[in-house]
Amino acid sequence: MKFGVVQFPGSNCDWDTFTVLQNVMKQATVMLWHKDHDLQGVDCVVLPGGFSYGDYLRSGAIARFSPLMREVTAFARRGGLVLGICNGFQVLLEMGLLPGAMLRNKNLKFLCQHVHVRIENAGTAFTRAGRRGQVLRIPIAHFDGNYYAPPRTRDRLARGRQVVLRYCDADGALTDDANVNGSLDSIAGVVNEAGNVMGLMPHPERASETVLGSTDGRVIFASLIQTLSRRKTGAPRKTRGRR
Amino acid sequence: MKVRVLVSFKDSVLDPQGQTVMNALHTLGYGSVRDVRQGKVFDIALENLTKKEAETLVPEIARKVLANPIIEKFVWQFIESE
Repeated sequence: MKFGVVQFPGSNCDWDTFTVLQNVMKQATVMLWHKDHDLQGVDCVVLPGGFSYGDYLRSGAIARFSPLMREVTAFARRGGLVLGICNGFQVLLEMGLLPGAMLRNKNLKFLCQHVHVRIENAGTAFTRAGRRGQVLRIPIAHFDGNYYAPPRTRDRLARGRQVVLRYCDADGALTDDANVNGSLDSIAGVVNEAGNVMGLMPHPERASETVLGSTDGRVIFASLIQTLSRRKTGAPRKTRGRR
Repeated sequence: MKVRVLVSFKDSVLDPQGQTVMNALHTLGYGSVRDVRQGKVFDIALENLTKKEAETLVPEIARKVLANPIIEKFVWQFIESE
């Protein structure tokens, strides 16, 4: 199994993600430069956090035009696993690989703090190592994390159980206070209809080592590893949603 | 040839920055301000194409890049070149 972390100008969580995948999760991992045209045979592409292209125009809006992203789109269309963290999530939204868009946080502040998120769907390729209702403590760090989707998209997300994570309090309750950035329905992470592309605003790579105060983020990476090993051994794929 | 594209949030989308500006104006006593929507302006210089071609090109650029159609709308016009 091989993971690839995409580097854009302005990515700043690329090496954190690389380190967790390689040293903590013990997976072969390569860096993928945004100007390349080759995914180097990776089984999973991770778009890391940061400020690609300085967040000019809109967060994630310019990164989608990088040459490598054409390969990432084709890879996703073939069913390849793609995870977007924070700015990576914003890029996936701008690319149209995930539904919705990001608005500025409701309090207009850059939020850098630990939050709690609840696993809403533990049947996805990205959460199968967790359980439904499990509360994870993971940091966020963003200006534009106020998730928005028009009513019809919102209905489709609900029907397909595509909302994977929601902001909650320490006990797992969905409250206005816990929904720090004002996201629609407290949405912190979504998966596409086919179930192979996920984006989340919290940074699991910053919560994967005891020394950093939480290892809850490992659930996401462990799930990916489980999913990939099932695919390799040809075990039936657990898919979410419908085409 | 120059064009100006104005991008702003759709009416259905909350604009917290516009709201904050409005609140500031109210604080200053401008009670007649009922709403403020904040947006972006793009002045674009074009060359080697006709006005008619520009009329196709500009909305295309606006839809593909300048605005995110999920949350934003745009209007555009030709502007005077100096």
